[in-house]
Amino acid sequence: MAKQFDFALAIGGAAGQGVATPGMILARIFSRRGLHLNAYNAYQSIVRGGHIFLTVRISNDKVYSHGDKLDMLICLNQDTMDRHLHLMEAGGRVAFNSDTVTPGKAADGVQICPIPVKELTGGSRNKVIQNTVALGVITFMLGLDFQVLDNALALQFSRKGQEVLDENVGVARAGYEYAKAHFQSFDESVPNGAKPLALWTGNQALAMGGAAAGVKFYSAYPMAPSTGVLHWMAQNARELDIMVRQCEDEIAVANMIIGAAHTGVRSMCATSGGGFALMTEAVGAAAMMEIPAVFINVQRAGPSTGVPTKTEQGDLWQVLGASQGDFERFIAAPWNALDAFNTIPEMFNLCDKHQCPGIVMSDLLISEGTFSFDADDLNMQPAIDRGEMITEGTANGDYMRYKDTESGISPRAIPGIEGYVHVVATDEHDQDGVLISDEYTNPHKRRRMVEKRARKFAGVDKAMVAPSLEGPADAEVTLIGWGSTYGVIKEAIAQLKNEGITANHLQIKWIVPFHSQQVTEIVTAAKKTIIVENNYSGQFFRYMRSETGLKVDGHIRKYDGEPFMPHHIVDGVKEQMVGNTDHFVPHQEIMV
Amino acid sequence: MDGIITHDLVVDPQSVDDFKGKVDPDWCPGCGDYGVLNCLRRACVDLGLKPHEILTISGIGCSSNFPGFFNSFGMHTLHGRALAVATGAKLANHELTVIVTGGDGDGFGIGGNHFTHTARRNVDLTYIVMDNQIYGLTTGQLSPTSIKGMKTKSTPFGSVEPTYNPITSAIMNGATFVARGFSGDVKHLSMLMQMAIRHKGFSLVQVYSPCPTFNHDNDFKFFKTRVKKLEDADHDTSDWKTACEKAMEWGDTIYTGLFFQNKKAEALGDLEPILDKGGPLCNRPLGLSDKQVDGIIARMM
Ligand SMILES: Cc1ncc(C[n+]2csc(CCOP(=O)(O)OP(=O)(O)O)c2C)c(N)n1
Ligand code: SF4
Repeated sequence: MAKQFDFALAIGGAAGQGVATPGMILARIFSRRGLHLNAYNAYQSIVRGGHIFLTVRISNDKVYSHGDKLDMLICLNQDTMDRHLHLMEAGGRVAFNSDTVTPGKAADGVQICPIPVKELTGGSRNKVIQNTVALGVITFMLGLDFQVLDNALALQFSRKGQEVLDENVGVARAGYEYAKAHFQSFDESVPNGAKPLALWTGNQALAMGGAAAGVKFYSAYPMAPSTGVLHWMAQNARELDIMVRQCEDEIAVANMIIGAAHTGVRSMCATSGGGFALMTEAVGAAAMMEIPAVFINVQRAGPSTGVPTKTEQGDLWQVLGASQGDFERFIAAPWNALDAFNTIPEMFNLCDKHQCPGIVMSDLLISEGTFSFDADDLNMQPAIDRGEMITEGTANGDYMRYKDTESGISPRAIPGIEGYVHVVATDEHDQDGVLISDEYTNPHKRRRMVEKRARKFAGVDKAMVAPSLEGPADAEVTLIGWGSTYGVIKEAIAQLKNEGITANHLQIKWIVPFHSQQVTEIVTAAKKTIIVENNYSGQFFRYMRSETGLKVDGHIRKYDGEPFMPHHIVDGVKEQMVGNTDHFVPHQEIMV
Repeated sequence: MDGIITHDLVVDPQSVDDFKGKVDPDWCPGCGDYGVLNCLRRACVDLGLKPHEILTISGIGCSSNFPGFFNSFGMHTLHGRALAVATGAKLANHELTVIVTGGDGDGFGIGGNHFTHTARRNVDLTYIVMDNQIYGLTTGQLSPTSIKGMKTKSTPFGSVEPTYNPITSAIMNGATFVARGFSGDVKHLSMLMQMAIRHKGFSLVQVYSPCPTFNHDNDFKFFKTRVKKLEDADHDTSDWKTACEKAMEWGDTIYTGLFFQNKKAEALGDLEPILDKGGPLCNRPLGLSDKQVDGIIARMM
């Protein structure tokens, strides 16, 4: 294994200054070289102005978070310089347009790289041209051949015509040459990885998981940070035969997928907490009618409209409480984009088999982050299990949709088949679908139907991989997380090891069913336990306690809208190991 | 037959009675919805439809209990959500005849947003609203179609709110077949239902279906003397303006019949390229072909 290369670059500017384009161009250059990448974009809910700060971390080893440090900072405006210069440490580089940005006081050893953009671009009036100049500078600083950037620009701009391409290549080269003449490149050049990697966002992963699972009906109402799923689906709908509908509201979204699912089509929708609130009545309807459908809630910082462009793990209780009554449904919180991709087909198989709704919890960090992946790791044709479904044949009229079977699972006939005529209902109903309230209610029938549905979930926790411990069993401390914090906790544990603290890791994915027995065994055997959550009130801690009766020794919680960085967790563990606190809230250093 | 089941379902109905569901309606004696149920049974017999070819979808309300009393596939969904469910079902299996049944509260109150947009999208559905101008199932509160001044349990001193007009709203929203019937005129209503089912696109049949239990203002007698057929009024069904004018009349004359039809507009399903060939989505194979996989991956590289 080659020496570890671990590099992070940040580009900051205002919305409208075009931070995304150079970011994507660089990301593509890196992933094509086979480097692992994790990019996090901090932004606000505005189209012009504000502050956008894109962090791109690359390594020849796997990267699980956007990391702790910045090696290079590109300031597209003064604001970026003023906000972030203090983050740069010795050896770092800060590049900026010297026509418009004045450098502040940097730490010793930070190389200040002013770029005279006007001079290099011949006074071009193109407002985003400085981004291309910066790309030239970055390419040199990273020890890359100009040809690499040349190719990437061709890909990016060829559709816009030769003139645009020529202008961009010209100024990029000017930037490259200027940097060569005036700045010192990093000691280490960007290496090559084993093989080219692809790039996706978590939302694309969720959408692709749906496509792989055989989703043929997708509906949505736009809501950040879930909209990327809709965009991918809409873009690919025609090629993949997926019916995509943008609805009048999330109530329509949820009910529409239930209608489609009832006919036998795999149907999915995604939203964020506010939209999910509107969907909740339908979640229970799917459970009562026993129609499989998958709902994705991409969490953002709440409550209410909250902070639309910031992350949080704040909807756990909302999802647990989604819809009135007592009913069976699956809830999973995947750990990263690849896991999100794999979770969707798994969830569909479970929902089909058990004829119930399933909810997948993502969050802004996973859904809007950009990550590299190895295309060979994707199973785009996963096993598809539709459960007990009747799609053809004829019956002689004694079919009962909700037949009280031993497993509780009743063979599901889709509409359109002769002899299987039946009515599904959100009112409580008997085996044959006839409403129980039609006979002045019948407590015995009601009980039987409640138990029939519940029986579908008896022992269902064996259907999925139970949580297990990563790392040494006898570690001094066990860090517990759920969902998207997997990667950052993993990296924190590696850092703790360097600081002489051995930690192991229990990450939970399946919220319902909850593997109480396995979790209890692990937690009771641990020397010290700390729960890490991206929310204020410790929603997961309280849920785990309700399911297991377990207490933990400490908490690390963050609820400022920004995701954890590894050192936040390291600091929290260290404070708790020496007994300074049992409740640590890290300070967010990067103001975005 | 077990317990309350009154009928075995008939696979190949030849008569109106053969379209009876498993149980008899539990509506109050004299409820207008009986007439509506009979009309739809009649219409389906006359159209030669088979129960397994029909999917009847409702929300919640007295009128929304309809699917249980009718011999077809059925979905008794949430209050106000029938049209959204029906849109999903129809697009996923466009070979089904999808009929939505419900009440005025269900469709125009809580479900108003779906009513607007299902009409706009021109989804090929038949929407039969049993309009009793009151909330029946919840024992008599104000509905969007209640007349101004009406005393209900929620407006004991008389309602001050104006009345919603489903016909003009449907036309303005883009519905392509907009009709009104009266539950007391079975022959006429059944004919309107047949036309609505045959129409390709979103068809509304608003039916004045009195609730003798909770609405004493607008009962059978009230309508009997007032309803007048548009067929007898020299009405041009392609003219939306006069259709709206006639729909606004509420006095000694209340028009029934077909107000408006747009025969040219294409239904949503016909505009969706992915439904052009390959049959209903629900019958298509799941999962991705090798070619589709390669395409997706190539675009992500
Ligand atoms: C979300 C929700 N809100 C309220 C109700 C209670 N509810 C049931 S039926 C109904 C109104 C029924 O009126 P309408 O749709 O006109 O039908 P009718 O009973 O008059 O036939 C209401 C308010 C409900 N079931 N669900
Ligand atoms: S309450 Fe009214 S609408 Fe309901 S069944 Fe009785 S008469 Fe019909």
